Amino acid sequence: MLSIKDLKVSIENKEIIKGLNLEVNAGEVHAIMGPNGTGKSTLAWAIAGNEMYEITGGSITYNGHNLPDLSPEERACEGIFLGFQYPVEIPGVSMTNFMRTAMNEQRKYKGLDPVPAGEFLTKLEENKQLVEIDAKLVNRSVNEGFSGGEKKKNEILQMLMLDPRLAILDETDSGLDIDALRVVANGVNKFRSETNAIVVITHYQRLLDYIVPDFVHVLYKGKIVKSGGKELALVLEEKGYEWLKDK
Amino acid sequence: MEAFLSKEEFKHKLIQSFENNRKVICKNDTPLITKIRNKALETFKELGLPDQSLERWRHTDLKKPLSYEYIHPFKPIDEDVDVDTLLQCEVPDFETHLVSLLNGWFAPKQKQLIVFPDGTIIGSLAIAMIEHPKLVEDSFSKYDNYRRNGLDALNTAFAQDGVFIYVPDNVEVKNTIQMVNMINQDENIFVQNRNLIILGKNSRLTLVHCDDSLSYGRSFTNSVTEVMLAENSFIDHYKLQNINDQSSLINSTYFHMDDHSELSTNAIVLNGGLIRNDTHVKINGQGCKANVFGLYLVDKNQHVDNQVYVDHLKPNSTSDELFKGIIDDQAKAVFNGHVLVHRDAQRTNANQRNKNILLTDKAIINTKPFLEIYADDVKCSHGATVGQLNEDALFYIRSRGLSEDNARMLLMYAFAAEVINKISIDALRFRIDDLVKKRLRGELSICDQCVLNCRTKENIVSFDIDMSKI
Repeated sequence: MLSIKDLKVSIENKEIIKGLNLEVNAGEVHAIMGPNGTGKSTLAWAIAGNEMYEITGGSITYNGHNLPDLSPEERACEGIFLGFQYPVEIPGVSMTNFMRTAMNEQRKYKGLDPVPAGEFLTKLEENKQLVEIDAKLVNRSVNEGFSGGEKKKNEILQMLMLDPRLAILDETDSGLDIDALRVVANGVNKFRSETNAIVVITHYQRLLDYIVPDFVHVLYKGKIVKSGGKELALVLEEKGYEWLKDK
Repeated sequence: MEAFLSKEEFKHKLIQSFENNRKVICKNDTPLITKIRNKALETFKELGLPDQSLERWRHTDLKKPLSYEYIHPFKPIDEDVDVDTLLQCEVPDFETHLVSLLNGWFAPKQKQLIVFPDGTIIGSLAIAMIEHPKLVEDSFSKYDNYRRNGLDALNTAFAQDGVFIYVPDNVEVKNTIQMVNMINQDENIFVQNRNLIILGKNSRLTLVHCDDSLSYGRSFTNSVTEVMLAENSFIDHYKLQNINDQSSLINSTYFHMDDHSELSTNAIVLNGGLIRNDTHVKINGQGCKANVFGLYLVDKNQHVDNQVYVDHLKPNSTSDELFKGIIDDQAKAVFNGHVLVHRDAQRTNANQRNKNILLTDKAIINTKPFLEIYADDVKCSHGATVGQLNEDALFYIRSRGLSEDNARMLLMYAFAAEVINKISIDALRFRIDDLVKKRLRGELSICDQCVLNCRTKENIVSFDIDMSKI
C-alpha cells in the first residue's frame, strides 16, 4: 500500500528525514517510536502533503501513485488520513457540516453521489457514541473551545467518518488521560481491518497496550534504526532510546 | 469625451447648476424647506467638497470620481421605464413592500404615495412634501447635520426626491419595506436622493435599503437618509450595496434615538468602485440599544470606507459595533469608529470591533477604532485585527479532502458568517448568505440579473458543496 524508499525531507532547507525506508501493507498496524525531534511528525506531514515539507530525495508511492504528484486533497480522496497532533480550530465552521462537506467532496472524487442526509446522521451518531463525544460538540465550530482530549477524540471521529485506507495517527495519545486513551484506542481498533493500514506515531508504549502493532520501528536522526515486532516496544519502555543511539 | 475637472471647477459647476435650476429644484418645497436648502447651499459654498486634508477623509480620495462630467437630472428621466421589468429583487418566503428609486427619483409607474389603513405612509419624498408638509418639516434636517459636512450640505441643497416613510405611534409594520435605489444610465450620472424615515412612539419597522447599479455607466450617488426613532420604537435596518466598479456611492445615514428606542443596522458591501458609509447614531435618550454591524467584501481596485460615529448623550444606553472585511487584490478598506461618551452619559456600555482579512500583499486596510469618553462610570471596549487566512487551517481542511479553493472559500465564508448571522429575518439571512457566497466565488450578480463581473470571470472556481448551514 505504502512504500517509502530512501526518503529525504527538508523543512526550510534543513534536512530532517535522511534516507528512510518503510513498507506498509493492507491489514498491518505499524508503530513509529523515537525520541523528540527525530522526524516522526515530519514523516506524517510529508505523507499527508504539507507543502512546507520538501521532498529532496527518494520516493513515496501509495497504491501505485507517486505521492508527491498528488495535492493534499487528492491524497485524502485516495484514502490517506492524518490524525493531527495539534488539531486546528476553525471558528465559524460547524463540525457536522465540515464532515458532511468533506465526505461529499471525497465521494465526488470517486464519482459517487452525495451521502444521503439520513445515512450521514446515523453514521455520525454511531461514531460519536463510539468515541464518547458529547452530542453538543458536533454542532460547535470545528475544535473551537474543545479540550485537548476532545480534540483527539474528534480526530478519531473524523477518521471513522471518512473511512480511509491508510490512517496516520500523529501522537494521538499525547495529552490523554487513561480513560480517553482507551476510548481513542477503541476507535482505532474498530477501524482496524484487513483492507486498512494504520501507522501510529507515539512516544509511549502505553498506547500500544491497547492498539497492538504488527511492527514497531524506531526513528532516530531521520532514519529507522531498528524494526521489530510488538516486543520491541516493551524493550524500549524498559531501556529507553539510549541503547539504540550508538547503533 | 471625458473632461477632467478640478475640485474647485466641480464645486463651481454644482453651484452654477443649482442657480440655473433653482426654480425646478424648489418646486415642491414648503417655505421652510427652501430656507433650509438656501442655508445648506451657503454651507456647501463654505465647506466645499471633502478632500484628504480632512481627518475623516484622510484615507478616501474623491479626486478621481469628482473629476468627471456628470449629468445631473433635475426631473425624472426614463419616465416610461417600468422598474418591475428592470429588477426583480424577490426573496422567496419574504413578504416585502417594495419601493424603488430610479436614478434618484421615485420610480415612475408605481404609486407615488400610499397611506395604509393603520396610518403608515410610504412613498415619494417629493410628493410627501406636498401632501404631508408638516410631517416632513418636523423632521427634515432637524439636527442640521449638513452644517458639518460638505457632501451633506450639497445633498440638502439639491435633493428633490427619495423615499419617505412615516410609521405612526404604536404601529408595527408587518411587512418588511424594501427600498431599492437603482442606477440605470449609460451616461455619467450624479444622483442625490434623500430619504426620510420617521418612527412614532412604540412603533416597529424593518427596512432593507439596497443600492444597485443595473448598467455599466459611471455614477456618483450622494445620498442622505435620516431616521428618527421616537420613544420605545425599533428599527431593524439593512443596507445591501452592489454597484459597478466605475461607480461611487456615498451613503450617509443619521439615526436619532429617543428614550428606550432600539436600532439594529447592518451594512453589507458586496461590490462597488468606491463606497463610503457614514453612519451617525445620536443616542439622545436613556435605555437605548444600538447595534451597528457591517461586512465588506472588496477586490480589484475597489475602495470601501465605513465611518461610524456613535454619540452617547444620555445615560444607561448600549452600543455595539462589529465590522468585518475581506480585502482582495489591491483593494482598499477603511474603518473609522468613533464612540463619543458625553459627560452625562453615565453607565454607557459601548463595544467596538473591526476585523479584517487581507488576501494579498497589496490589499490595504486603515482601521481606527476610537473611544472618546468624558463620563467616569462606563464600560467601553474597542479593538481591531488584521490578518490572513490561517495556513494551518487551510491545510487541515485540505487534508480532509476539500480542494484548496473550497478550503479558502470555507474559511472566508466562516469569517463573514459572524456578521451574516446577526441578520434576524431568516429569509433575508439566507438570501444575503447566498449573495455573499456568490460574491466570494466571483459569481455575483445583482439579484440574479447579472451585470457585474460578466466581463471578467477570472475568479470562477468550482464550488458546489453544500455549505448551507456551515
